[in-house]
Amino acid sequence: MVQSKTFGSRAFDGANYVLLALLLFSCLYPLWYTFCVSISDKAAANAGLVTIYPIGFSLASYKEILGDALFFNSFWISIQRTVLGTGLSLFVSVLMAYPLARPSREFRLRNVFMWILVFCMLFSGGLIPWYLTVQSYGLINSIWALVLAGGLPVFNVILIMNFFRNLPKELNEAAVVDGAGPWAILFRVYLPCSIPVLAAVALFIGVYHWNEFFNGLVLMNTSDKYPLQTYIQQLVVNIPTGTNLTPDQYKKLSELSNRTLNSAKVFIAMVPMLIVYPFLQKYFVSGIMLGAVKE
Amino acid sequence: MRRMNVEKHYYLMLLPGMVWLVLFSIVPMAGIVMAFQNYNPGAGLLKSPWVGLDNFRYMFQLSDSRTVIVNTFIIAIGKIVLNLIIPLVFAILLNELRHLRFKKLVQTVAYLPHFLSWVIMATIVIGIFGYYGVVNTVLGMFGVSPQLFMADAGIFRQLLVGTDVWKEFGYNAIIYLAALTGINLNLYEAAAIDGASRWQLIRNVTLPAMTTTVVLLGVLSLGNVLNAGFDQVYNLYNPLVYSTGDILDTWVYRLGLQNLQFSLATAAGLFKSAISFVLIVVSYRLAYRYADYTVF
Repeated sequence: MVQSKTFGSRAFDGANYVLLALLLFSCLYPLWYTFCVSISDKAAANAGLVTIYPIGFSLASYKEILGDALFFNSFWISIQRTVLGTGLSLFVSVLMAYPLARPSREFRLRNVFMWILVFCMLFSGGLIPWYLTVQSYGLINSIWALVLAGGLPVFNVILIMNFFRNLPKELNEAAVVDGAGPWAILFRVYLPCSIPVLAAVALFIGVYHWNEFFNGLVLMNTSDKYPLQTYIQQLVVNIPTGTNLTPDQYKKLSELSNRTLNSAKVFIAMVPMLIVYPFLQKYFVSGIMLGAVKE
Repeated sequence: MRRMNVEKHYYLMLLPGMVWLVLFSIVPMAGIVMAFQNYNPGAGLLKSPWVGLDNFRYMFQLSDSRTVIVNTFIIAIGKIVLNLIIPLVFAILLNELRHLRFKKLVQTVAYLPHFLSWVIMATIVIGIFGYYGVVNTVLGMFGVSPQLFMADAGIFRQLLVGTDVWKEFGYNAIIYLAALTGINLNLYEAAAIDGASRWQLIRNVTLPAMTTTVVLLGVLSLGNVLNAGFDQVYNLYNPLVYSTGDILDTWVYRLGLQNLQFSLATAAGLFKSAISFVLIVVSYRLAYRYADYTVF
């Protein structure tokens, strides 16, 4: 970048630093705040006294969580669901992406399948038909409902397919000459070249499964089947949906919530994401670019 | 002959994905007929009586339907516009930074909120704007009595759009940042030699170079004008803000899964899916025609 040292330029830099520092603060503060509330004294937190540092110090809420079987149960369900969902979804997406990356002169029905996929990505039957369908399969309360009911993430298939299509054609030709079949080409030639896109897609699916709460809410009937996000959602956001709620009742409900305990649970739910996040950063950036620019 | 053999393997590779798609995407589409029936779970799809467009007529007579459509539209448009502009401003400011480690730090932190769920974010938002939240504590220091921000229909839409932009601005800036690195540095040098100031460089070099990206992203978000964000609204709203904050998706959820009005909810859902589908197809066509952009 061009260096200039005029007064206006320096003032711009100064203002820019301040502004971005404020943005930095606005992104970090909520996490810090949650942490502060979770280790603060219960009475102080419930009275809303915590602002930028913990008031009093108490690990009582973390101790309480240690004895909360339902919390650990939902944590375990979320881990299972994320691992199963990511593995399965990635495997199926890779398998689909390869034939769809072939030119239509090599795979005549390629475009037909492509249109089916895109149609399913853009149009859906809506909530109620989807719910009744999942119910009719007998998947209510099953972990497989959490893994499968969200449907095949078509967009990821398209990402991988675009990546395959941009690999040099010689790669494929050389493998064919060497006598490799489609499976060998996919697994022994294409996949080793596709680590960036696979990592990005695995990340997208993993984050989806870890953060998803709605399927847990509607497809699981009992709280011992809830994934973590649904468990927390039920805990924190428990406001009746009847339309006769008054502002005073709303205030009372706010008083009832146990803020230190809830904050501790929310904080623990964030930790896995905070731990893996720095390692995955380079992959999601490249993943977005794969989706955004093609050829 | 060889082609037949290879194609056989291709079908096999497509099989698991197609089964998944059929079971959880295509079979539910058959349920759309419910929107034209008076669906009775006992009788099922085949035997429930047909009512034509009655569900749609009834839906549009409900005053709720007008409220949720207007809310959905306003909230979604607000998000689309600000999610185009704020990340652009952020990306340009970030691009002007010379201190590379600070730049990296800001980027890393700004992408983070995107990866936290709305369940988590909602508890944080309520912790900050709730009755016993930080904002009220700070206002209390200045002698202002606590406000019910989360139950105030007058500001709920602004709160939704604001918190959404806050959660996504960093992530949405990624594409802009990539576009910024693509600008030819010679342009800046030539302009600087001609005596252009920092501000003039941004106005006359950076911004014009970004128009294509902004327009393209804008066109592609056309399909979202009925997507106001279920997860966010569901986790933040309450009956006191239904008048401004209830959206199509949350309404469909309450109608269908809480009041068990399956046909009406399906009709409302179909109304949304159909319009969104048309808009997405139109937006893809426009993007293809004017920016040569294809998704697949």
